[in-house]
Amino acid sequence: MAQAEGLDKLLSEHPFFRDMDTKVRGIVAGCAKNEVFEAGQYVFNEGGQADKFYILRHGSIAIEVDVPSREPLILETVNDGEIFGWSWIVPPYRRTFDARTLELCRIVSLDAKCLRGKMEKDHSLGYEFYKRFIPVMAERLGAARLQLLDLYGNPRA
Amino acid sequence: MADPMTPEPFRIERVSRELADTFTLDLVPVGDKRDFDFQPGQFNMLYHFGVGEVPISISGDAGTKGRVTHTVRAVGTVTESMADLKKGDMVGVRGPFGSTWPMELAEGHDVVIVTGGIGLAPLRPAIYHVLANRGKYGRVAILYGARTPSDILYREELEAWSARLDVSVEATVDTAGTDWTGNVGVVTKLLPRGNFDGRDAVALVCGPEVMMRFTVHALNDQGVTNDCIFVSMERNMKCAVGFCGHCQFGSRFVCKDGPVFRFDQIEDIFRVKGI
Ligand SMILES: Cc1cc2nc3c(=O)[nH]c(=O)nc-3n(C[C@H](O)[C@H](O)[C@H](O)COP(=O)(O)OP(=O)(O)OC[C@H]3O[C@@H](n4cnc5c(N)ncnc54)[C@H](O)[C@@H]3O)c2cc1C
Ligand code: FES
Repeated sequence: MAQAEGLDKLLSEHPFFRDMDTKVRGIVAGCAKNEVFEAGQYVFNEGGQADKFYILRHGSIAIEVDVPSREPLILETVNDGEIFGWSWIVPPYRRTFDARTLELCRIVSLDAKCLRGKMEKDHSLGYEFYKRFIPVMAERLGAARLQLLDLYGNPRA
Repeated sequence: MADPMTPEPFRIERVSRELADTFTLDLVPVGDKRDFDFQPGQFNMLYHFGVGEVPISISGDAGTKGRVTHTVRAVGTVTESMADLKKGDMVGVRGPFGSTWPMELAEGHDVVIVTGGIGLAPLRPAIYHVLANRGKYGRVAILYGARTPSDILYREELEAWSARLDVSVEATVDTAGTDWTGNVGVVTKLLPRGNFDGRDAVALVCGPEVMMRFTVHALNDQGVTNDCIFVSMERNMKCAVGFCGHCQFGSRFVCKDGPVFRFDQIEDIFRVKGI
């Protein structure tokens, strides 16, 4: 219980959860766990089961993809106060990229099965999550589209 | 300025290779014109004899007299040919022309500089000015986006600015290999992390037009209003003094009304397709 309260406090300090109803956040904290990753560790790998969702408290994470016969490419970095690993909410709950820590990272992970179960039972919790998730996903999609434009590329190249 | 249509001869004192397609020329006047005064944001018409003339922003320090610096990206006929110029070669210079970054207006406020690619070159004189007059400004954030880590312009200087305790510097790239430990993502993503108060900030923005459009939205999200956002525009130029109409942007001429515009004064034409 004391641990869940500590986690509830950590969640309340994170921008993603800050304005969430206290009761709802308390339910979420019941699925949460504190984790620390050293620099250079993989938090998850492409193709793996998306059984957790991550809230980055401190540090930075590279979202990357392995390209055959080339160096892996970093597509995006995630920093303090952001969330990552959103495949947990989209069937078939499979990771699409690798996530690797660029420095020591303090993370709160949420058990995806536990959370999905609670959301299934309590749709208002589901709504609270989707309301926060969709803007993040839209922002990342917009950013990915801009990156695709290769804005800084040489016009002659 | 003497006859604004007649180029003055300048000798290339130094050529620095910045990136695969980008180089910096330090020029010194050789004619009667021994001094060269300009304000951050202004540009010169550089005449590569026998090839052609192009508008290029001044990228050096306005506090350094007797030398003028330009950073050029080789993208076409004139700029590609300029890439072969060497120390001792001559170029013609007309200028300085155009409007300036609002360095005085920004005094007493936070300053947020958002730039991408070669867009850092026209903003470097503004950065030098802010750093030389650091006490006159509030918090200063420099946010820079490039294509890849090897396309980061003035990397050593960015690192030196970032080591200062009184400036926050963040760089990001569109893609990177795994040896890069910095940010990957669009430059607008750096804004929420920039250390400034959007309600009391003046923003200076320079980069590809699409990047500037999205940056304006992201600045608005941080509370910066359009009358506090300044952008530098690029258009093809010929005369640079408002005669020929080549650089027309809506009802304005980029060469004499710009290149630096306050965003609320051009936002009506900024999003008009084909202008
Ligand atoms: C006020 C002002 C300040 C500028 N400052 C700088 C500067 O500091 N450094 C610098 O390198 N350039 C700067 N430019 C852009 C520079 O003037 C052009 O890149 C140059 O005129 C291209 O001439 P060119 O003969 O080499 O290429 P061209 O043969 O005329 O064009 C070759 C190709 O490049 C494309 N192109 C031309 N101009 C641009 C552009 N501005 N942006 C993207 N693609 C373009 C053309 O569409 C074409 O595909 C500035 C422009 C203006 C108006
Ligand atoms: S370049 Fe001739 S009017 Fe601007």
